[in-house]
Amino acid sequence: MMERFKDREHLFRMGALFLGALALFMVLRAVFVPKGFGTYGHYREGALKDMASLPLHYAGRHACEECHSDIADARKGSKHEKVACEACHGPLAVHAADPDKLKPTKPDAVKLCPVCHTENVAKPKGFPQVDPKEHGEGKPCGACHKPHHPEIA
Amino acid sequence: MESILYGVQGFMYPNEVELQWSILIVLYPFITGLVAGAFILASLERVFNVEAVKPTYRLALLTALSFMLVAPLPLQLHLGHPERSLEMYLTPHTTSAMAMFGFVYLWYLMAVLVLEIWLDYRKDIVLAARATTGWTHKLYRAMALWSDNISERSLEIDDKVGRFITIVGIPSAFLLHGYVGFIFGSIKANPWWSTPLMPIVFLFSAIVSGIVLVMLMYMVVSWVRRTEIDMNCLDTIARYFMYAFIIDFSLEMLDLIHRIYEADESFKSLNFMVHTKLYFSQVILQIIMGTVVPILLLALVQLVNMSAAARKGLYVLSGVLAMVGIFAMRWNVVIGGQLFSKSLLGYTTYKMAFATREGLLPSLLLLALPFVILYVLVRLLPPWPAKPEANEA
Amino acid sequence: MTTDRRDFLRSAGALIVLTGAASLAWEKVLAGEPEKAPNYEMSDHWWAMLIDIEKCIGCGNCVRADKAENNVPEEFFRTWVERYHLPPADLLHPKEEVLPEVDSGKEGGAGGFPERYKAGDGSKNFFVPKMCNQCSHSPCTQVCPVGATFESPDGAVLIDRSYCLGCRYCVQACPYGCRYIDPRSNTVDKCTLCYHRITKGLTTACCENCPTGARTLGDLKNPKDPIHEFLRTHKVQVLKPQMATGSKTYYNGLDGSVR
Repeated sequence: MMERFKDREHLFRMGALFLGALALFMVLRAVFVPKGFGTYGHYREGALKDMASLPLHYAGRHACEECHSDIADARKGSKHEKVACEACHGPLAVHAADPDKLKPTKPDAVKLCPVCHTENVAKPKGFPQVDPKEHGEGKPCGACHKPHHPEIA
Repeated sequence: MESILYGVQGFMYPNEVELQWSILIVLYPFITGLVAGAFILASLERVFNVEAVKPTYRLALLTALSFMLVAPLPLQLHLGHPERSLEMYLTPHTTSAMAMFGFVYLWYLMAVLVLEIWLDYRKDIVLAARATTGWTHKLYRAMALWSDNISERSLEIDDKVGRFITIVGIPSAFLLHGYVGFIFGSIKANPWWSTPLMPIVFLFSAIVSGIVLVMLMYMVVSWVRRTEIDMNCLDTIARYFMYAFIIDFSLEMLDLIHRIYEADESFKSLNFMVHTKLYFSQVILQIIMGTVVPILLLALVQLVNMSAAARKGLYVLSGVLAMVGIFAMRWNVVIGGQLFSKSLLGYTTYKMAFATREGLLPSLLLLALPFVILYVLVRLLPPWPAKPEANEA
Repeated sequence: MTTDRRDFLRSAGALIVLTGAASLAWEKVLAGEPEKAPNYEMSDHWWAMLIDIEKCIGCGNCVRADKAENNVPEEFFRTWVERYHLPPADLLHPKEEVLPEVDSGKEGGAGGFPERYKAGDGSKNFFVPKMCNQCSHSPCTQVCPVGATFESPDGAVLIDRSYCLGCRYCVQACPYGCRYIDPRSNTVDKCTLCYHRITKGLTTACCENCPTGARTLGDLKNPKDPIHEFLRTHKVQVLKPQMATGSKTYYNGLDGSVR
């Protein structure tokens, strides 16, 4: 019996090597697989928290209307009512968190209004669009249109 | 922005303009293909008792191992975070062909190649351990796993186990390279890649490339050692080269004909791409020069009586052309699959750099590296007996 | 005019509810605790996006807002706008396939769309905003070898940047071209549906800044969400439906020529 084992012994050594490698693999798994991996699916649970805790740059219109309710009221019933404040005024989460830290500047209407209202054949037909060079006889947009209530009475 | 848009025709989704996978990812299936093919040639002798190719058995195995060791390197160079690559083994996503391939690779390297080479060479390793001193002695002892038993019975057992491993190794080799084909073939988003034929086409072209590699290696090594080439062996290998190539060509043509006939929504865009951006690499290099010409040359050898020298010349020529053609095939799949937009409305250009991490220079070095490793392996584990007159016939 | 009043009441009601939720969450933000607000339960939500082609004016606000909100690298896009131009019918060669001419303006739409077509030439023109389709059977998460990209329990497809290898397999697998490699981190990146905003009761940056309501976030698990009624009463499609990705980005008024 020992004779038979003797001639197979080298195979058992190789087998032991493989088992050793497997054991090493198990150790590596225990050490390196991140905590919380697999809780909700094949991913690290902490990734959800990482994604959810990224910083905000836009405050969202409700934050604006909390303080600027007068402007919110003024916009009621106007064509621009559904346009968010930051769509024209830019990202203002910093201002909403601490109004004195960042004071927003008034956007330049001449640059801003054409972004939406320059005529383009791809724009939906019912959307108000003009040729900025010809419309208004060269006057700036603000001369006739108030941005928060753009309809001309 | 303008510099990125240079080379774009038509419309590409903005994020598609730059190619994702570079020449490194062309190299990778080429190298694993050589491994699978060389191994399958070696197993012809072991399992199917094709005695004629026996002179190349050990050389084929060592060649396969050299290339197998280099195979992960282009991938590591390509990854955005190579230091995280262990994650593929620690938390493999079982639905990802790429992740499961990591295990197929490991299985093939350890349980097939290394085991088979070890079992075939064990007697020589133990003898070498007995005949050397110092660090070389220590190395050989370690390679023998500190066993000294080379009794006839133990060698008989080795042979039986080795045969079993070779039998397991053949489907493993098929799996190894078929899987690489599946990595591409399973991507429904890419119509150039998505076909069930992809793993099979990859596999057969891999078999051809492996056979050619061993054939050319055998001729080069014999020339360097100034030993006579066994023409029966060479002619047999060349016949297998031809058979495998005919199957491979039929499969590639089937894919092409199928696309042309069905002419689905992707056809117009892909057809345009093949006729313009991919014309040289696909039609000229891969199909005509890389497949049709070698097959015709090999057929010529079968049909016309010619001298050994003439046959050798034609084998070298068709072998080199075939290698170029098969590399071109990998190029056309990987790069070609990224030259057109998934909107099917535009095309971009592959801008290959030279001396960057994913450029031409590292690719050339990676192609040369297996030969360096092979040289070391051949010195450590000579595929032929030391005495020149005992040349295996 | 009853429709206007009903609309107004509906949006006022939504405002009250959302303000309540948002202000609670906002307190957490103001207090310097930017993690998920305590009242957010993933199992209460199944996020989707509604894009109304008939309302998109190609202003590019969404692209610019997204870049500002999410630190998107300059050369790549989490969202972009495409302009489609279908030439008028060629009466002399009716059998020839008519392919649309598509472009994404300057900087994916962020820089606007310089006019290049003439009005009244018989062509069909429109804008199509594109983004990650937040697929519920996403091919990108299927192919990720390590689990660095995943579908959250509330239906957002997200990326774990600390785990991503940068292998780019997911970029290849996405049929919509919405993924890219961020060259600053060498990991993959894409639209996250502003997960850091929606988990606090805010809407996404693109929806917030869309002036015409062409983009609206929807919560398919909320029975009161207007998306349900919209989907029921409009002809809505997803991009590349034959790929069966389970896309949750629904397009109203999507033309057959859109790729």
